[in-house]
Amino acid sequence: MLKLLYFAWVRERTGTASEELELPDNVSTVADLITVLRAKGDGYADAFESDDLVRVAVNQNHVGFDHKVQAGDEVAFFPPVTGG
Amino acid sequence: MIRVQEQDFDLGDELRGMSDGNHGIGGLCSFVGLVRDMAGDANIGAMTLEHYPGMTERALEEIEAEAHDRWPLEATLIIHRYGRLEPGDQIVLVAAASAHREASFEACHYLIDFLKTRAPFWKLEDTPDGPKWVDARASDDAAVARWGKVDNTQ
Repeated sequence: MLKLLYFAWVRERTGTASEELELPDNVSTVADLITVLRAKGDGYADAFESDDLVRVAVNQNHVGFDHKVQAGDEVAFFPPVTGG
Repeated sequence: MIRVQEQDFDLGDELRGMSDGNHGIGGLCSFVGLVRDMAGDANIGAMTLEHYPGMTERALEEIEAEAHDRWPLEATLIIHRYGRLEPGDQIVLVAAASAHREASFEACHYLIDFLKTRAPFWKLEDTPDGPKWVDARASDDAAVARWGKVDNTQ
């Protein structure tokens, strides 16, 4: 199982702040996971419309889209950060 | 020390708390970020700061640890607020204390530069056209690159 989290406008577009997902067989990286999520519906397709605009953290560390994902991971998607 | 909180902070109390009892501190530099009432040409009524509980604390602790690796610091403090904030409100405090001024000035600058590109906060501004998520600024990435570490994905 993966724990998925969404923040800011990514959350608004997916329509959910968090959800669980059984790790699909064909998913080994963040990029693979995004491909699966895009097919979940229009909101998800909008959220992941452009790879350039979305950032990802796996287990609360910033990573690139080539990072591996495995069962038990917490994967968060969000826009570039704007704190400070 | 790092703190992520909804409530305001008192700058004087926080700085005294850092230096009290440590007479090895010769310089204490601080930066306070405030909410402005303008974004581009638009008037901002208020903003709401969202964050990623857990990762936020972890990211701030890492940035603080990196500053301690880089400069001989006696104390550091990062406070970042979340929730609804109005123009004039304090958003963030970073402070660094050292025996001498160079380390405290530089570390303070480093802390805020890295916080802005690594800490998972997002600002939603109330504008006349409705709520708008603030876009990240390329100049913030450039500010981090200046410190000789361009990779913000780790």
